[in-house]
Amino acid sequence: MHKTPLLDQLESGPFPSFVKDLKRLAPTKPAVNDLLGQLERSYKEKITHWKHGGIVGVLGYGSGIIGRYSDLPDEFPGLEHFHTMRINHPSAWFYTTQALRELFDIWDEHGSGLLNMHGATGDIIFLGTRTEELEPAFQKLTAKGWDIGGSGSAMRSPSCCCGPARCEWSCYDTLEACYQLTQEFQFDLHRPSYPYKYKLKFSGCPNDCVAAVARADMSMIGVWKDDIRIDQSAVEAYMGGELKPKGGGANVDKLDVQADVVDLCPTQCMWLEGKTLKINNRECNHCMHCINMMPQALRPGTDVGCTVLLGSHAPILEGAQMSWVIVPFMRMEEPFDELKELTSNITEWWAEHGKNRERVGELIMRLGMRAFLEAVGLPPVPQTVKTPRANPFFFWHKSDFEAEDAGRKYHTTK
Amino acid sequence: MSERITDIGPPHYSKFLPPVIKENYGKWKYHTIPEPGVLIHVSETGDELISVRVASPRLITTLFARDLCDIADKYCDGYLRFTSRHNVEFLVSDKSKLEGLKAELVQRGLPKGGTGHSVTNIVHTQGWVHCHTPAIDASGIVKAVMDDLFEYFGSHELPAQVRISLACCLNMCGAVHCSDIAICGVHRTPPTIRHEVLRHLCEIPTTIASCPTGAIRPHPDKTLKSVIVNEERCMYCGNCYTMCPALPCFDSEKGGVALLVGGKVSNAKSPPMFSRLAVPYIPNDPPRWPDTVVTIRRILIKYAENALKWERVGEWVERIGWERFFEVCEIPFTFQHIDDYKFQAYDTYRTSMHFKF
Repeated sequence: MHKTPLLDQLESGPFPSFVKDLKRLAPTKPAVNDLLGQLERSYKEKITHWKHGGIVGVLGYGSGIIGRYSDLPDEFPGLEHFHTMRINHPSAWFYTTQALRELFDIWDEHGSGLLNMHGATGDIIFLGTRTEELEPAFQKLTAKGWDIGGSGSAMRSPSCCCGPARCEWSCYDTLEACYQLTQEFQFDLHRPSYPYKYKLKFSGCPNDCVAAVARADMSMIGVWKDDIRIDQSAVEAYMGGELKPKGGGANVDKLDVQADVVDLCPTQCMWLEGKTLKINNRECNHCMHCINMMPQALRPGTDVGCTVLLGSHAPILEGAQMSWVIVPFMRMEEPFDELKELTSNITEWWAEHGKNRERVGELIMRLGMRAFLEAVGLPPVPQTVKTPRANPFFFWHKSDFEAEDAGRKYHTTK
Repeated sequence: MSERITDIGPPHYSKFLPPVIKENYGKWKYHTIPEPGVLIHVSETGDELISVRVASPRLITTLFARDLCDIADKYCDGYLRFTSRHNVEFLVSDKSKLEGLKAELVQRGLPKGGTGHSVTNIVHTQGWVHCHTPAIDASGIVKAVMDDLFEYFGSHELPAQVRISLACCLNMCGAVHCSDIAICGVHRTPPTIRHEVLRHLCEIPTTIASCPTGAIRPHPDKTLKSVIVNEERCMYCGNCYTMCPALPCFDSEKGGVALLVGGKVSNAKSPPMFSRLAVPYIPNDPPRWPDTVVTIRRILIKYAENALKWERVGEWVERIGWERFFEVCEIPFTFQHIDDYKFQAYDTYRTSMHFKF
């Protein structure tokens, strides 16, 4: 066993220790022992000891495996190859122990036994195996009904919140939508053919528990169009202190409905009449604050679907972006044809015009929102902008003049 | 080869849902959080599901994962799930098993929490454990920060939930740019050019195109078939290294941690916000990164003391103003805080008289 005096200092303390855990596995897995040894070296030298990747994979796929090699293979032979396998997770990360044990059996046999539950995109991440183990592991995984996820310039494994499986706020079936879109784009997921990565995330309500607005090129966030459902007797119970705010998730004994809910409503669309809560639902911007505060009194409406937002990515390269609204409301019912079609239209336009390693959000910034909206057949609607432009530098296209000539006042896509 | 199975995608989630979820799918009416780490979801049918949320280090072994399975078999009929922030949730259908489960979690040292107004688990990346571009480790810093903030994981004491995330370089696999507190690994040295191998490893046009500030040009000595870097224009993003392995930008002394604060993804009250630079640099200090830990604690405590009820970190800072934030948190304001990257910079300059002394 390698000596790890620096890492040993991470064994103490109340939060679960990965060092303690890895040390349990190290005696039976030489690669894990070597990983601890190399990590100790990184702790000492404050530098990584992993080489730039390499192209490895399973037959017929161009993604899902990330090549990884140590730059100290002589010292740590167990890390000569230490590739990652991304296993596409089931919607909302529900598992049975039987299914998990089958996965772990495969990984103990063919890999290091180290994993992440889960990676940033959502996949189960198997960390550390040799090139020759990839194909046998893959075949065992598929035999048990699993497949590997996306990597590189491909559709990435979509992910979703726990949705209707365990949440009263979900405005559509995030789990089924995630599953169906994953199935629809299997080819693009396994065979990188896009300019860069493309991530889909499905959140059931504007609380956005999977951070779709920040972490997905295409973010589907649940929303309702009708009235917030109110149980007035429960509103009264919150006022009386019988029910605790946020279901008990805040250290606040009694909710002040006027100060904590009504006065903090960003659109000021609600007020109290005695002990009755009134909402002017047409002015509600569905921020979720009141619902979060009083989960037993308020629920989203029943005329539900999602808002589609596009374009978010981390700072590389043009600076971080959040997704912006492109479709304010889309009905989300099986088989989700409208969303599948929109996704295909967007990825086709992007694949045609995008530069190498240009995210779709960056491409739209480069070519302009109008070019994008026209190409994918979306109309200009005010929900897509925070404010209209402040400068007078707008374009007029031939199609605008043709629309005028035809007696229509303006040209729009739809 | 004829039997080779491909493109089947993940298993359908319905195979993994406990009966109480199958029967109440889409029928949940409300939830309560009777104590930190315990959620009870109540259905319109009157059925209840108890979820017990437990911290996991994300980087785990199959031994640890099998332990989780043993627990789920004993108390949850074999059903469990993971959250988007690497927590484990034990799904208890039989209420009588809750106390036993809680006792076993204590005995095994698995802390429950991460609900409501807590500091929940830190979304993070691979760091030195398994990445080729990191400026910092991930798992070690997470462990050190969570040990220090442990009291906030298992309680609801804060003004609102606090989401901490870590990305070990600017690539931000952890997409930490909308977190209440973001820990981001930063390089501070331009790439060193390995002229002797560059021609064998890299495509020069794509390497040049990869630089967002246009700092890379072909080497004037054409026989070298390499590139030069205008070091004044380099902001150490490492994108060229991603395209060209002959351009490493690591430096064992100059890499370190930046802290950004005030981001959120939820739409509650205020729209989603980006995290903004609070501390441009803290030196790497393994194994427990004491400066980083202390600075994060200081920001968290100042927030907890000064924010109004229900205010997220970003909402608090917007109310008091950034100039006040730097004063309250005792963080020096530097040239690095003023944005000078492309078009987004102008949006951050103050064009009003609405500031404080």
